[in-house]
Amino acid sequence: MDMSTPAKKMKLVMVGNGMAGVRALEELLKLAPDLYEVTVFGAEPHPNYNRILLSPVLAGEQTVDDIVLNPLDWYSENNITLHVGQKVVKIDRNARAVETEDGMRVGYDRLLLATGSNPFILPVPGADLPGVIGFRDIADVDAMVQASSQYQHAVVIGGGLLGLEAANGLMKRGMQVSVVHIGPWLMERQLDEPAARLLQKSLEEKGMKFLLQKQTAELVRGESGRVCAIKFKDGDSAPADLVVMAVGIRPNTELAESSGLHCNRGIVVNDTMQTFDPRIYSVGECAAHRGIAYGLVAPLFEQAKVVANHLAQHGISRYQGSVTSTKLKVTGIDLFSAGDFMGGEGTESILYSDPIGGVYKKLVIRDNKLVGGVMYGDTVDGAWYFSLLRDGKNINELRDHLMFGQDHCGNLGHSGINKAASMTDDMEVCGCNGVCKGDIVKAIREKGLFTLEDVRKHTKASGSCGSCTGLVEQILAVTVGGDYSATPKTKSMCGCTEHTHEEVRAAIRQNKLLTIPQVQEFMQWSTPNGCASCRTALNYYLISTWPGEAEDDPQSRFINERAHANIQKDGTYSVIPRMWGGNTTPSELRRIATVAEKYNIPTVHVTGGQRIDLLGVKKADLPKVWADLDMPSGHAYGKALRTVKTCVGSEWCRFGTQNSTQMGIDLEKAFFKMWAPHKVKLAVSGCPRNCAEVAIKDVGIIGVDSGWEIYVAGNGGIKTEVAQFLIKVKTEAEVMEYSGAFLQLYREEGRYLDRTVHYVERVGLDYVKKKILDDHEGRKALYERLVFALSVEKDPWLERTQEGKYAQEFAALTV
Amino acid sequence: MTQWLEVCDLTEIPKLGARVVNHGALAIAVFRNADDEVFALEDRCPHKGGPLSQGIVHGRRVTCPLHGWNIELIAGCAVPPDEGCAREFPVKIEAGRVWLDPVAAASAVA
Ligand code: SRM
Ligand SMILES: Cc1cc2nc3c(=O)[nH]c(=O)nc-3n(C[C@H](O)[C@H](O)[C@H](O)COP(=O)(O)OP(=O)(O)OC[C@H]3O[C@@H](n4cnc5c(N)ncnc54)[C@H](O)[C@@H]3O)c2cc1C
Ligand code: SF4
Ligand code: FES
Repeated sequence: MDMSTPAKKMKLVMVGNGMAGVRALEELLKLAPDLYEVTVFGAEPHPNYNRILLSPVLAGEQTVDDIVLNPLDWYSENNITLHVGQKVVKIDRNARAVETEDGMRVGYDRLLLATGSNPFILPVPGADLPGVIGFRDIADVDAMVQASSQYQHAVVIGGGLLGLEAANGLMKRGMQVSVVHIGPWLMERQLDEPAARLLQKSLEEKGMKFLLQKQTAELVRGESGRVCAIKFKDGDSAPADLVVMAVGIRPNTELAESSGLHCNRGIVVNDTMQTFDPRIYSVGECAAHRGIAYGLVAPLFEQAKVVANHLAQHGISRYQGSVTSTKLKVTGIDLFSAGDFMGGEGTESILYSDPIGGVYKKLVIRDNKLVGGVMYGDTVDGAWYFSLLRDGKNINELRDHLMFGQDHCGNLGHSGINKAASMTDDMEVCGCNGVCKGDIVKAIREKGLFTLEDVRKHTKASGSCGSCTGLVEQILAVTVGGDYSATPKTKSMCGCTEHTHEEVRAAIRQNKLLTIPQVQEFMQWSTPNGCASCRTALNYYLISTWPGEAEDDPQSRFINERAHANIQKDGTYSVIPRMWGGNTTPSELRRIATVAEKYNIPTVHVTGGQRIDLLGVKKADLPKVWADLDMPSGHAYGKALRTVKTCVGSEWCRFGTQNSTQMGIDLEKAFFKMWAPHKVKLAVSGCPRNCAEVAIKDVGIIGVDSGWEIYVAGNGGIKTEVAQFLIKVKTEAEVMEYSGAFLQLYREEGRYLDRTVHYVERVGLDYVKKKILDDHEGRKALYERLVFALSVEKDPWLERTQEGKYAQEFAALTV
Repeated sequence: MTQWLEVCDLTEIPKLGARVVNHGALAIAVFRNADDEVFALEDRCPHKGGPLSQGIVHGRRVTCPLHGWNIELIAGCAVPPDEGCAREFPVKIEAGRVWLDPVAAASAVA
């Protein structure tokens, strides 16, 4: 493409034109499109295709053309020289060149081995007969389809995932299929016995036969020279015109081993996917990382990202292993399993079993964390359980409802439409962005998407409020098969860094980092100045860790927090002044009325937070509007303290037990100007009738005759969550200290954009209680840190109207 | 046929920020990045018309404030998979002053 580049490009050769390798090239092209001259060798005579979908191709549900991921054009468009049907047989490591079977020789500066794996063929007599195959590639599928048109009896050896998918496909092609399995039940690496029995029963109903606990002794040669029967060690035998061996796979290390690379159940690689020869990298099923060769694409794609990063000479990312889960792709069968599903010592299990209805679920818990699970018949919540498991969430408080799934843990607005497979194409999945199931399926198919992140990028589904994430993951799983949600256990802050929120916060504290460029340099950010998502988080982490010392960076604030007003769809802004505790005065109301008329403000709205919103203000008018209002900023635009709702309480109400209004006003004045990981809302009610709706607030206070009850981590938004009881205290000073300490804990430990409910869900209420209730010194210290942090904050509206700070922000230029 | 108009001092545009420059009915966002490069795009996101001047600037891109599309400051096109371009205008710095040509919109790509 770029003929003028004077510098000679380095040469990258890739052996193996399969899923992991090509994904690595795609990632590399994104990072450094012009660094290498790329040559690819593939033993198969095809461009890269989706191997996973061989099962539906075999079952006649899709065609080979449907499953091509990178057509030949893709290679030429990206200047990649592709040699299909060419097996590499030698690596000359001294001369740095590879050689093919046909004698072609190509030199390399970097070599990527992505040779995948081979089906394991049982070493029994007759294993080499015609009609005995594995289930790995298009050639195998062709052979099976061919056999199904001529012969009747098929035997599949191996009752695991692959074997059952092969058996199902052959059955659909009209053959009589027996599955031979050495174990006591099917898929014993993914299922416990009860789930496996249900599976067996429904497959038997479809016509599949099972020969369990049978050991193959010999494959018998028929008159034609083709296999004709299978014999077992116990003397039994069965007719077999086709034998598919699906007893496991072996990393394909033949080439690597013959060239002297260190292999041990795979080509041994380090966390950067480098082999023992530093010029040679390896990804995919052939690679053994920390002793594991993965056999599912999700972890392989993670590896591909890492290897691309190093090939692109960014040199910052590491692969640290993955947690995987399993789904069986047999139409009409719903099965999901992940983690340690058997359980055993030190674990507890929650079971749900309905053999007649064909539903079985088992969740395995250790130390209040979900460590495994198996589901049969109803896997709607698989993705949700898997995310709980992967993130190591404390599930203590969910426990009672856990078995009944995510819907029972408070997810408003989406109930009833969560069975991805049964949804029709025109059903809406993402309410925020108006994305229907059909749009998602189409994007996945046409653009060859595999990860949630990709689907989000292309369709926007689940990219906004995120409540449909589980559903999108399910659609992904149903459409491409398998499970693609697996990511390394720790999530980095964003694409600009490998570090997690916690690592970044710790570095800021320990090394006293005070500016965003300092953090980015210290932690080796991969982008020049971050992106919209990490910069906003970093700015918060800095000002909350070093109040008064780290300077707030307006350019790393979302526009609302830069303009101190909410941007509207037409580019105008809204202004919500503070009304302490929801109380106002005739004079304030008069000023609001005057301002609304003077600046032609089109809409005046009473908000859900007990105050008044002026909508449609021009940006240039904002400082004038604030000055005329002469009221404090309501921070309705900020990740900050929003409202403290109150009821009229004992001052007026015949049931009131406490002066809830005053308590609310005092709290709001005390915590005014408080920035936080996300917005924070409080409420105070004067009696348990709870007119101020404290049960859905970040901190909710209920006045009772003998004092005040404090509730925390409620949420009334996307996912309604009832606040949890923290403690009952006697005095107002205690209300202040306990609430303040809780909020400071959240400010110090919450991840940016997690609300209190998410923070408490992650660490567990017990932990919060330990910090706030049991540790008296700690609580006081937390509260003091909050008081200090607030003492250095100023009312942003005042700063801008009286001190003229950032005047440029509001003034347009004219030419 | 260029028509260079003097806009302001470079320092009047915040680093990693933007200023809105009005020219008749046209609103142009003039951006300044960390390396003191300047870029000028029509202040309308190709998605739903969001004011790009109000976005967050990083590298040679800006993230639209309304729905988070990333727009390349050079040429004004959305980062794939999003599609569409904002009109780009010639802009330059001379002796610390920023100059803009609000008429000769560079080849508006569809
Ligand atoms: C104005 C108001 C609606 C109204 O007219 O009543 C409102 C308006 C917006 N809400 Fe809200 N929310 C308003 C009360 C609420 C409430 C009710 C309450 O506070 O008692 C809730 C549920 C309670 C809760 O937060 O737990 C609420 C839950 C949300 C959410 C979901 C938050 C969540 O964690 O699930 C969002 C989205 C977000 O913040 O990411 C949101 C976001 C928004 C935004 C900021 C959307 C945006 O990013 O532009 C809206 C800004 C409009 C504007 O410019 O003013 N708004 N919003 C209310 C302002 C209250 C105030 O005086 O400050
Ligand atoms: C039927 C089936 C169903 C599956 N279902 C799922 C599923 O539901 N979920 C899931 O996550 N995973 C599934 N998998 C596994 C998934 O397909 C693999 O993990 C993935 O394809 C491995 O990618 P890879 O690049 O490592 O190897 P491959 O995709 O096998 O690619 C390796 C390529 O290298 C070529 N090659 C080998 N040696 C040489 C050489 N010396 N010279 C040139 N070329 C060479 C091979 O011919 C092959 O084309 C399934 C696999 C099969 C077979
Ligand atoms: S909280 Fe109780 S006392 Fe207060 S207003 Fe409501 S009902 Fe009346
Ligand atoms: S208007 Fe810019 S992203 Fe929607």
